[in-house]
Amino acid sequence: MRSIVNYFKDIIFGLNSLVTGLKVTGHYFTNPKEIITQQYPENRDTLQMFERFRGEVVLLHNENNEHRCTGCSACEIACPNGTIEIINKKVDIDGRKVKALDTFVYHLQMCTMCGLCIPACPTDAIKMANTFEHAVFDRSQLTKVLNRPGSKLMDGVK
Amino acid sequence: MKALYDFSILTQSIHMWLSDRYTPAAVTIIEMVLVGVAFMILFAILGLVLVYAERKVSAVIQQRMGPTRVGKWGTAQTLADVIKLVLKEPIINKEADKFLFNLAPFIIMIAAFMAIAALPFAKGLQALDFDIGILYVIAVSSLGVIGILLAGWSSNNKYSLIGAMRSGAQIISYELSVALSLLTIVVLTGSLQLSTIIESQADGWWIFKGHIPAWIAFLIFLIASTAETNRGPFDLAEAESELTAGFHTEYSGLKFAFFFLAEFANMFIVCAIGATVFLGGWMPFHIGHWEGFNAVMDFIPPIIWFLVKVSFMIFLMMWFRWTFPRLRIDQLLTLEWKYLLPINLFNILLMALVALMGWHF
Repeated sequence: MRSIVNYFKDIIFGLNSLVTGLKVTGHYFTNPKEIITQQYPENRDTLQMFERFRGEVVLLHNENNEHRCTGCSACEIACPNGTIEIINKKVDIDGRKVKALDTFVYHLQMCTMCGLCIPACPTDAIKMANTFEHAVFDRSQLTKVLNRPGSKLMDGVK
Repeated sequence: MKALYDFSILTQSIHMWLSDRYTPAAVTIIEMVLVGVAFMILFAILGLVLVYAERKVSAVIQQRMGPTRVGKWGTAQTLADVIKLVLKEPIINKEADKFLFNLAPFIIMIAAFMAIAALPFAKGLQALDFDIGILYVIAVSSLGVIGILLAGWSSNNKYSLIGAMRSGAQIISYELSVALSLLTIVVLTGSLQLSTIIESQADGWWIFKGHIPAWIAFLIFLIASTAETNRGPFDLAEAESELTAGFHTEYSGLKFAFFFLAEFANMFIVCAIGATVFLGGWMPFHIGHWEGFNAVMDFIPPIIWFLVKVSFMIFLMMWFRWTFPRLRIDQLLTLEWKYLLPINLFNILLMALVALMGWHF
């Protein structure tokens, strides 16, 4: 007797779950406004990328062309695939030779956008930008120098 | 009012025109060729429209856009796909049985052609009006599985063979449920002839007149026919994640297009049978004695009614396909032999009781 009851219970439970699924997809079908796909090249002017999207590493500069990178190479060590190369120079400050950033080389073609360099930076000099149109015609253009020409270390950053 | 749109006038006039000019044998041959060409054009249009509809419906259900680039709203997308498929190289597997490999797509298409011949599209617009119409359609539509088995066997590919065998098991099982659910309505009509079945629904469709047993039969028909066309949650024969493409893994170009077209043609045929038996075929929707309403409904051509009903059924099948996850082979057979078949047999008894006691309208 119990098995017969269970048999019909199974059917009703199964039908019920199927109807639940149909309701969800039916809702989507009758509400085409909820479509989340974006028409990319058309909406290029109005497209807002998401805050957490990781597009490329940028070195932040302020309006005086100053950055916060001390050239400590922590990001270079943190990077799992050798994307970042820090080249340092010695500068004279008050007669002392001090290590400072010369070129911040960033190989975009090797970057996996893992973002491990960002928390590794002790001075919060770099961050992940959410740009994404990186296509170029020549591979050499993917090797970028992130510090702008003539830029120097921001005062008070050690 | 009944003869507002009668296609037999048109077909009769064509027949008379031909008879005046040619011998009876030539007339028969010309008419057969004309009907064949008409169905070929119908299949081509069906393929174009249904593939587009499938892609759009699936896209909206999954909150996507679907094809948008080729033509306005992507309407020419399937045309572009057809051109691509026609231009592709027909690759034949080196170890394949070449004769059967080339034969298989044609067998599937022939089965689809034979089945569609018996479908009544409108009053007088029916190629063959057998007095065993339903039996014929059931018999012929299951011939397609021979093509699938041949394709799987001759490809000399494990995926193909597994897919074909699954398809065979599936169709043999679900054929029963399709036939029995249609028989449930035949109990009421007392005739296997499709045109008579439609005439018997002039005062109301069987799904309304037949009460609960008709609804159960309709539900079972929907499930079983989805399985019979290898679609939706029952697409084990071409389970992409397990068998790459199942029985048509080795096919390319135009021969692949034949399998693809046959799938959609079979879907149309199955939906048309469902619409004919349960939803009144080309009969307009009537409510009791509302004469004005009924007259307006009569004014809509029967072919439109037929196509609307069929597209409703097709939409249901697409909705199923893009909602439910695929069944395992044991679940598939359990569903048929443990649930659908016993319920179906009981349902026929119930329907016989309803018909005997005259409880239907």
